[in-house]
Amino acid sequence: MISQIFILSSKGDHLIYKDFRGEAGSDAVTVFYEKVTALPGDQPPVVMSHGDLHFVHVRQGGLYCVATTAADSSPFTVIEFLNRLMALIKDYCGSLSEKSVRMNFALIYELLDEVVDYGYIQTTSSDVLKNFIQTEAVSSKPFSLFDLSNVGLFGAETQQSKVAPSSAATRPILSSRGEQGGKSEIFVDVIERLCVVIGSNGVVMKADVEGEIRVKCYMPSCSEMRIGLNEEFSIGKSQLRGYGAAVRVDECSFHQAVRLDEFDSHRILRVCPSQGEQTVMQYQLSDDLPSAPPFRLFPTVERDVGGRLLLYLKLRCDLPPKSAAINVSATVPVPKAALSLCQELSSPDQSAELQPHSRAVVWQIPRFPGGTQLSALFKLEVPGLSSASMLEVGPVGLSFELPKVTATGLQIRFLRLSPVQPGASQRWVRYVTHSDSYTIRI
Amino acid sequence: MPYLGSEDMVRELRRALSNPNVQSDHLRYRNTILKVVRAMSQGVDVSGLFSEMVKACATVDVVQKKLVYVFLCSYASLNPELSLLVINTLRKDCQDPNPMVRSLALRNMTNLRLPSLVEYVEQPLTAGLRDRAACVRRVAVLGWAKLHKLQASSDIDAAVVNELYSLLRDPDPVVMVNCLRALEEILKEEGGVAINKPIAHHLLNRLKECDVWGQCEVLKILERYRPQSEDELFDILSLLDPSLLSPHPPVMAATLSLFLSLCSGLPAASLSALERVRGPLLAACGSASREMRFTALCHIQLLLRSLPGLMGAHYKRFFCGYAEPAYIKQRKMQLLVELVNDENVALVLDELKGYCTDVNTDTAQAAISAIGRIGRSYSDRCLEILTGLLGLKQEHITSAVVQTVRDLVWVCPQCSEAVCLALEGCEETVQDSQGRQALLWLLGVYGERVSSAPYVLEVFIDGLRSEVSPGVKMELLTATMRLFLCRPAETQDMLGRLLHYCIEEETDMCVRDQALFYYRLLHCGIEETRKVLQGRRSDPSLGVLIGRPAEPVNQWARSFNTLEPLKQSAAETESTSGGSPEPVTSVPRPNTDLSLSSLSPSPVDKVHTVPLSLSLSPALSPEEFERLWLQRQGLHEHVHCPAPPRCSPQSLQAALQLVNVQTLAFTPPQTLPWRVYLYTHTRNTHPVMEGAVDEPGVKVTLKQQPRDDTALKGFLSILATVLHTLSSERA
Repeated sequence: MISQIFILSSKGDHLIYKDFRGEAGSDAVTVFYEKVTALPGDQPPVVMSHGDLHFVHVRQGGLYCVATTAADSSPFTVIEFLNRLMALIKDYCGSLSEKSVRMNFALIYELLDEVVDYGYIQTTSSDVLKNFIQTEAVSSKPFSLFDLSNVGLFGAETQQSKVAPSSAATRPILSSRGEQGGKSEIFVDVIERLCVVIGSNGVVMKADVEGEIRVKCYMPSCSEMRIGLNEEFSIGKSQLRGYGAAVRVDECSFHQAVRLDEFDSHRILRVCPSQGEQTVMQYQLSDDLPSAPPFRLFPTVERDVGGRLLLYLKLRCDLPPKSAAINVSATVPVPKAALSLCQELSSPDQSAELQPHSRAVVWQIPRFPGGTQLSALFKLEVPGLSSASMLEVGPVGLSFELPKVTATGLQIRFLRLSPVQPGASQRWVRYVTHSDSYTIRI
Repeated sequence: MPYLGSEDMVRELRRALSNPNVQSDHLRYRNTILKVVRAMSQGVDVSGLFSEMVKACATVDVVQKKLVYVFLCSYASLNPELSLLVINTLRKDCQDPNPMVRSLALRNMTNLRLPSLVEYVEQPLTAGLRDRAACVRRVAVLGWAKLHKLQASSDIDAAVVNELYSLLRDPDPVVMVNCLRALEEILKEEGGVAINKPIAHHLLNRLKECDVWGQCEVLKILERYRPQSEDELFDILSLLDPSLLSPHPPVMAATLSLFLSLCSGLPAASLSALERVRGPLLAACGSASREMRFTALCHIQLLLRSLPGLMGAHYKRFFCGYAEPAYIKQRKMQLLVELVNDENVALVLDELKGYCTDVNTDTAQAAISAIGRIGRSYSDRCLEILTGLLGLKQEHITSAVVQTVRDLVWVCPQCSEAVCLALEGCEETVQDSQGRQALLWLLGVYGERVSSAPYVLEVFIDGLRSEVSPGVKMELLTATMRLFLCRPAETQDMLGRLLHYCIEEETDMCVRDQALFYYRLLHCGIEETRKVLQGRRSDPSLGVLIGRPAEPVNQWARSFNTLEPLKQSAAETESTSGGSPEPVTSVPRPNTDLSLSSLSPSPVDKVHTVPLSLSLSPALSPEEFERLWLQRQGLHEHVHCPAPPRCSPQSLQAALQLVNVQTLAFTPPQTLPWRVYLYTHTRNTHPVMEGAVDEPGVKVTLKQQPRDDTALKGFLSILATVLHTLSSERA
């Protein structure tokens, strides 16, 4: 049971406030923000209480989405609901940010009115909601010529027609009535998150993958979709592994709307996607990656004669040569006393800086092709450098994005809509692997 | 617009709203209303526009209607008279052919929260219950709950309650769930909605039709149902079993909660349910949402209280990601401490070591105290890491290490050598009062082995005038007193100065009283002082072992799936950073010790309350042990231990060492009966024992000189405790 819901910006501006039961006063918002600002860090605990008021919040897109509840309500339900609410707002407004919430507040009130009544969650299914939501979304994106034409950035038309524009999946689901002209599109994303720890000797100590298949559907009515996975897909540890590129996961769960009658024989998921975004399948794999981890690091840490700290980092990308990692950023913790940084990087598009508040050197690489190696030399001025302060160097944290790559090797063989949709329907399959936490010890 | 003051803004908006040109152009009209609602949600007081907005309510434009209703529901309580005007429009809308308009009108009619309107609302609500559109019935059902709250004194018609009960059979699942919710509120005084066998089975059968939220609600209400026979119970359990593995954490948690309440009399069934949810809970720990991860971690902590071995193999899942927020990292570290065993201790410590230099000082300190907790069983490795950290000479790290080491030494006195070596030089780095208190405590207790101790204390005493923390002053008093007992020549002068200052000039009453207490104590003579300050301690290591048997599930089942487990963190982190296991003023403890030692030759019936203290000195050589063993007569005793411990000899040895029992030799692991030879001393007896492990239980042969039954019983109970603890950890 939820008593109030409010959305605050990170600066504490009231964006949305709705009181469902009239039990707690509207000063709850102020109380909440005072509690947040009273804490030292920027990471307030998920549950905070003030007398009989219990605040549960989630933080997404720089916004606090807060619910006030009673002490005996289920945290799993409240948090899952707040996450779902944020996802709905994202579906209906196109993106989730302070600006889009401000612009679409009427739509969000309407949504809240339908989703929760008297503090009880009624429905969060976009199939049901689309019949009730009348307000149209205001898109916060500036007008762009590229959205209108099919012309690629450098006139490469073939490229453009094969790859969906990146803005396509961030438009509101209901705008099909509007200027986008009823484009019926469906996106199937395979998203994996990597969690890796590599020891100082280069041994992989832990490698977990959390993956999901997410469907984002813009079709007003979609009867059935069949998603074919790799035929060699297997679940669990006990199954015998054949030769060739078998894809294995430890555990796997499906959305309740997925029908699995063809899954055992042909690895086909049958689903009737509703409008908006939903997770069709989730899976995990731990400690048994089919390929080598994407990055390895060969660090050398020493003191030079002038008493400076020398960090020589060689970073290798072990992806297949055709793929590349983007937005790679390596965070190297350095001694607290470090004053200044002198760097030698191998190409001008890379950058590195010393961030005093996080006590780390951050090395940014916009694009890192597979099979290559990059190196960097950092010289740090550290007054009073002792051998003990070498302990403060490391472990290195990497964050990156691997487009068109899945760590488990999961692929989508085909995507069929049945019956075949009249008119132009576009189907997109996208793969991406994110680094959830990629740590290399020094 | 935002640059105008709020009065200007309201005036501007009122002019626009009453402008006939705006009213005739419905897009402009709607935009003006949008501005009003926007101002309202930004916190501007626009209640003055109430009458204009009431007029705007009469429209066919649904979007405009919804906007106006948002406004009206917020301000209705300020304008009860004007709100009566809205009721007519709303009642008319309730007759609208469009079900969406009907449900909208009905919902907002009940959301106005005005007791004066109740009489107008009842009739449309009654009609709403029989509406052919499900969305109207959903609203109408909850409407009755709202109405009940508005006029709690007058009872809702029994006919309505009956109608709500019959709507439990409504084809729409949301209507069914809403009926449960409404009845639960209306019948709160009678204990909520009555769940009898037909209703319970009806709900269970329709569970599949509900969405996630509905399922959670139904499962929660079913917790009140008590099956009439064992067969029925098991039917329900097997029906719900697939939900335990639900990919939706809320459903999984609600199902487990129901399982635990249904199986409260069947501990084995509850435990196997806990095993079943391991997979889904671990999946929730890796969820993309940080908040969901945190929730899952907190609940795993609860589960581990009953099944300490549940997550043993998955300890790597609790390694921290570098970008995770501090509150998740701290929970993960608490879990890692629970999951340490002989195989993974090296890896876990390696991982924790990496967190000790984290940028976030709270995380770093939590990591250090986690290493300290592990040190209670693996002291050598942990001390090595902790003393290594002192080399960093960083304020917050050194302070945390000193506090951790103090707590560790209290539990494992065998580490004191290494600690004394490491203490040199810390005093320059430690700045905060907690850290300095810990340092002073260590210097007081181990002063004879730290050569620089008097000089460190002298610096403290010289700087006493600028000291603000009374805690540090009290600790300084105790430490100086203790040091005076073992190194009087170096300490006498400064102790005099310290006592003089604290008695004559100190303003804090507690410090003054403590100084006076010590001063009077010194008058009683050095022997009395020694008895008070260095008296034998109760054996705290025993507390560590006894304190951690597996709890029954019922102990925590009530707080499962509530906010309780998520909130504990605040209290726990406060106690780890702020407190020490020992009270800061050490006066009370020696007093109780004194009484204990005077009570030790007490009647036999007190044996269980007085802990037996064992010691390892003088150490026995293997040859001597053999000679004594052959020389003495044996007594046979059985220790009842449910499952003979199948742990490694090393961990048995470590556990026994904690209670000062030395393992001298054991037979190779696979031989049966497996034997182990132990010895220990009490103050006046020398029991030498052999334990032989047979399948049904543990047989102990004891040889003791001179014979002392009290000590014997005490020893056996300690031994049984150790074995119980070990076997329950392995279970």
